[in-house]
Amino acid sequence: MTLSVDVAARRGGFEVRAAFEAEAGETVALLGPNGSGKSTLVLAIAGLLRPSEGTIALDGEVLDGEGGHVPPERRPIGVVFQDLLLFPHLSAVENVAFGLRARGIDAAEARARARAALERLGLDDRADARPRDLSGGEAQRVALARALIGEPALLLLDEPLSALDVGTRVEVRELAREQLRGFPGVRVVVTHDAVEASALADRLILLEHGRVTQVGSPEEIRTAPRSRYAADFVGVNAFQGRLDRLADGAGRLVGPGAEVVVPWPENFPGGEAIALLRPGDVTLSLEAPQGSARNVFEGPVTWIAIEGERARVRVASVPPLVAEITVGSVQRLGLREGVQVWASFKAMEVQVLPR
Amino acid sequence: MLLVGLPLLGLIFRTPWARIGEVLTSDTVLTALRLSLLVATSAAAISFVLGFPLAWMLVRSTFPGKTFVRALVVLPLVMPPVVAGVGLSAAFGRRGIVGSWLYDWFGIQLTFTTGAAVLAATFVSFPLAVLALEAGLRGLDERLEDAASTLGASRWYVMRRVTLPLMAPQIAAALVLSWARALGEFGATITFAGNLQGRTQTLPLAVFERLQTDQDAAFAISMLLIAIAFAVIIGLRGRFLR
Repeated sequence: MTLSVDVAARRGGFEVRAAFEAEAGETVALLGPNGSGKSTLVLAIAGLLRPSEGTIALDGEVLDGEGGHVPPERRPIGVVFQDLLLFPHLSAVENVAFGLRARGIDAAEARARARAALERLGLDDRADARPRDLSGGEAQRVALARALIGEPALLLLDEPLSALDVGTRVEVRELAREQLRGFPGVRVVVTHDAVEASALADRLILLEHGRVTQVGSPEEIRTAPRSRYAADFVGVNAFQGRLDRLADGAGRLVGPGAEVVVPWPENFPGGEAIALLRPGDVTLSLEAPQGSARNVFEGPVTWIAIEGERARVRVASVPPLVAEITVGSVQRLGLREGVQVWASFKAMEVQVLPR
Repeated sequence: MLLVGLPLLGLIFRTPWARIGEVLTSDTVLTALRLSLLVATSAAAISFVLGFPLAWMLVRSTFPGKTFVRALVVLPLVMPPVVAGVGLSAAFGRRGIVGSWLYDWFGIQLTFTTGAAVLAATFVSFPLAVLALEAGLRGLDERLEDAASTLGASRWYVMRRVTLPLMAPQIAAALVLSWARALGEFGATITFAGNLQGRTQTLPLAVFERLQTDQDAAFAISMLLIAIAFAVIIGLRGRFLR
């Protein structure tokens, strides 16, 4: 089963042109900054926006193209929208049952199946709650159950984590990963968050100003970025290794030649993990820092890239780190290639995912 | 306050409370009440059925002359009801541009029938329904309808399970407001439909007639209409106005 997209779509004077394919069993992330045309593509794939030209096909069936336009209600696509868009006047179980009822399944059976779906997500006691009474994580699960109940061939997640607060984010991200893994069809995640994308996806499609600028695995884009936005990936510090629990409840990630202190992920059984750290969370100093940061590494600056007010600094510490600081800081610290610095970050800033 | 309060106070004083039961259960008043309820309910129903598609077009689509249509819709609100009655006569009266045609071809004469009273009441209450429904449609998050269609819902199913339920407060407001306006309609009715007991004489028309012959009865019926008005306000406040 394959989703193939090769379209131009126009919305509000802005045009997206994109071509890509996604196979069943892999998770593809459409990654791009705000205004890059991601949402326009989501609407086009879902059938809510008619492309101005080109083709969208799923599993050999042309959804948009020469053969015309298949309306959204006849597309085998489950969508989890950015702000979920649960029906406020229906209970959780009615929301989930909606897709079955709409396809003509009788009320009792639709309800029973919806209830079973909620039970599998651990929400059996919330079945009769209205969306406004659900927590962020609960609402996310209801939206997912609603999108999957009709057994779609393609699951489309639009910014699945953006509406959540930081605490819920970790919980829901794990949930989204599990759900995506368990879904046998084509999986497409749309996001502007590089960490989210590399956590969830096998393959990334970078979208900028309505054009695809790079396609590849998170690893490939990290090592060979082809644009400014892709370069942000270089900056996403990634550490891999074995995660062990420390006495105080935090975790220690032991990789080849490096140790990083990280928060212990909830319900993590132990074993291999990947840790991601945004460059903006790395602090640079010329002396050993006195603060509360538990991760402190020393090494020479090997590269500085300045763009506008921001500068990216690569430090050849063990593990190597990329920091993002202001140009003012670069001048104040007198940074240039070869200068010995201390790079530090708090354990709390690290995001840990099971491998 | 005085402006609103004094007439109310005057009415309370002048109402023949001792005779009110007898007056209100007299045949002519009961007939007028029944007719009023029939006319107001029909007018509210028609206003909703015709007003919904119109509100839909005004909110969701663009077409040439939209501004003009919107102005036309609210015109009956600002137009003197008597003029509305004259206009309706010119259109649907025996010699009206549509009325003469109706009469010649089908033998239908609207003037002086209950149908005319309904038409007059609908004419003046229709704008209120359209305005309330328009507000409801505008306040609706269209993306919820999009979400419903990605779940396999046809347009009709989306309308029935998402659009209409989410608009329930404004639909109720549209019905109540147009019903209340239709109930109080006087000018257009008396001009276009006439004042025939049992056919076009609604409560306000009965008040007007009784004021010249039996003032006590006029005051009693007025109290009844005020009671209905109060019930509407209380109903609206509890559910839609807050």
